[in-house]
Amino acid sequence: MSAGDLREQVREFLAAHDPAASDRLEFLRARFDAGLAWVHYPAGLGGQGLSRSLQPVADAEFAAAGAPTNRPERNGIGLGMAAPTILAYGSEEQKGRWLRPLWTGEEIWCQLFSEPGAGSDLASLATRAVPDGAEWVVNGQKVWTSSAHVARRALLVTRTDPDVPKHQGMTYFALDMTAPGVEVRPLRQITGEAEFNEVFLTDVRVPDANRLGPEGGGWRVATTTLNNERVAIGSQAGTPREGGIIGKVTEAWRNEPELRNPAMHDELMRLWVDAEVLRLAGERLRQQAASGQPGPEGAGMKVAFAHLAQAISGFDIELHAESGLHYDDWTMRRTEVVDLIGRGPGYRYLRARGNSIEGGTSEILRNTISERILGLPGEHRVDKDVAWKDLNR
Amino acid sequence: MTTGDLLYSDTEEALRDGVRQLFADRCPPEQVVRAYDPEPQDFSAVWRTLAAEMGVAGLLVPEALGGAGVGAREAAVVMEEIGRAVASVPFLSSAVLATVALLRSGETETVSALAGGELTATLVVPLSTAPGDRVAGVSHGADGLSGSVTSVAGAAQADVLVVPVAGADGLELHTVSRAADGVEVSPLRALDMTRPLANVRFSGVASARVGPAEGSIAEALETGAALLASEQLGVARWCFDTTLSYAKQRKQFGRLIGSYQALKHRLADLWFEVGAATAAARYAADACARGDDASVAAATAQAYCSGIAVHAAEECVQLHGGIGMTWEYPAHLYLKRAKSDQLALGTAYRHRARLAELVELGPI
Repeated sequence: MSAGDLREQVREFLAAHDPAASDRLEFLRARFDAGLAWVHYPAGLGGQGLSRSLQPVADAEFAAAGAPTNRPERNGIGLGMAAPTILAYGSEEQKGRWLRPLWTGEEIWCQLFSEPGAGSDLASLATRAVPDGAEWVVNGQKVWTSSAHVARRALLVTRTDPDVPKHQGMTYFALDMTAPGVEVRPLRQITGEAEFNEVFLTDVRVPDANRLGPEGGGWRVATTTLNNERVAIGSQAGTPREGGIIGKVTEAWRNEPELRNPAMHDELMRLWVDAEVLRLAGERLRQQAASGQPGPEGAGMKVAFAHLAQAISGFDIELHAESGLHYDDWTMRRTEVVDLIGRGPGYRYLRARGNSIEGGTSEILRNTISERILGLPGEHRVDKDVAWKDLNR
Repeated sequence: MTTGDLLYSDTEEALRDGVRQLFADRCPPEQVVRAYDPEPQDFSAVWRTLAAEMGVAGLLVPEALGGAGVGAREAAVVMEEIGRAVASVPFLSSAVLATVALLRSGETETVSALAGGELTATLVVPLSTAPGDRVAGVSHGADGLSGSVTSVAGAAQADVLVVPVAGADGLELHTVSRAADGVEVSPLRALDMTRPLANVRFSGVASARVGPAEGSIAEALETGAALLASEQLGVARWCFDTTLSYAKQRKQFGRLIGSYQALKHRLADLWFEVGAATAAARYAADACARGDDASVAAATAQAYCSGIAVHAAEECVQLHGGIGMTWEYPAHLYLKRAKSDQLALGTAYRHRARLAELVELGPI
């Protein structure tokens, strides 16, 4: 299908569903059912099997008509990670059940991966799932869970077989966050607010029908989720030049001449160049992977993005001189969306420290790049062939 | 401004294969290093094959003037391979700088001969001249051209000198035969002997006036800067590939050195930098070809790729240990080219300053 055909299809849909006269959710559900939600998804699941590159065509047409959006910023984990994982590993029944409310934003998703004792070494996780008839009983603690307080569902990785080496004994589920035994507590961050949470799971019953992938196959499913996470974090499609936080710095430089000084000028332009080249590198990666699934290449973008965000936000504070000493708001809040652009330089600086930690630390990702892309030898692993229960944890 | 195609087409890959094969056959590293001998090796036969037989000299020249009429994307691929082989061929000085300057001044005769590889030329400016720099030009009197220009690339390899001349109504472009009476070309000892430099002195030399030079020189330098990013990319790729394979062979303390995290992480960072340099260089070539956002793209690519090439070459020397310091191992050829390329057509500092003006962030 050509871009023109798709545009025509969207116009026909808009003629039949006036955005101004429709209920927001009804409109979004109808858009999903018409295969115009994510056009590269299969027919019946919000798409029509088109090229991923055609999605912006549909989005632009809807935006021009003033149609309501599915507020993607509220459901980044759902759209960026849960959906591709469900698509890759879900049964037809699961895809039919979960993808529609996920896309419309009716159901926010979060990710129950990390634990107090399992951070970079995610595969050592200890949250246990024990079978009981057609259900599993889950006990354990998860941490660093963004959006857990607003999420309806979660991606959950558990230990189901402690007697085999760690990578083999995990099983992956979709968890109903409203199930009895799920307790969410906010974790206040260095910025003052609480984006993320710790989640306690006590005798939570999960139907076997909510398992993603085979029993014991959880690591492979988790890897799919993580590869998508790095792509989602490392690059946003179609970011314009000076998009993102470099735009805050250039705006200040242009509009507040009293902030300028010659010594910082070359540094500003270094950051400008790095931001522009990162934008181009992301664009090139998308052109290469226009149809394929994200691989470990996204890890490079993520490491570079974190480094740059930290450099720019640090520079931003220094540029602001006296007002760089101020901070806009220390109130403890449970936020749903990270608002980097709307907040002050101090917030951006502090929040950016997390960019090289969340979604895989930059150190771990450099291992991933060097081993999985460059083919260098793996780190020495004493725990590879040891049953999980015998690990020195 | 649109972000065009940042990948390589099949045609571009085929061109790359041909050029790579030629350099592998005719100027492998053990030959290239002889550019540093007291009597430097003559690589003109390699250039003749490249320019005339393979038609590479005419990539930027329209078909009507005997060129290939393709454009900057293809020329960039040739530059990548020149960087990858540190080949000593006057492609940048003749097929890019001199050719674009003449083309933009409306010259056709010399351009046709350059496109066909029958003649080789150079633009008589110091190699360190950045796009937008003021070019003084030699003086023009009753007895012809007089004056000297230092650090000119490819002058000794050129048949035709394309000379900026200070005329009564501003800068003009003239052509001069290098063999003409009163032309003295004195080769220099350069940091990078694979891109030979010379001082050129004119003492009452007969010349042919081509036309006004202001815009055409600036455009030639900008095209050169855009394409030099691809040469820097080629240098960086060779250094990265070679260092990576060495890290997979060399053992110390009973382990491959590539198994140590201190080295793995450096190689991971370098891998990303080379990939990002690819995007920057491809964008510069594509923008130059389309004539859209070309100035910003060229300055960005130079500001980024020049440093990446130097970083890659320095890492190559360091991670090879003592071998990297030897004359026998080719790493030094790449380091010298990379460091010299950092100055060629303007340093990264210079390009960032120019970029600031282009995107309305300066001057302060």
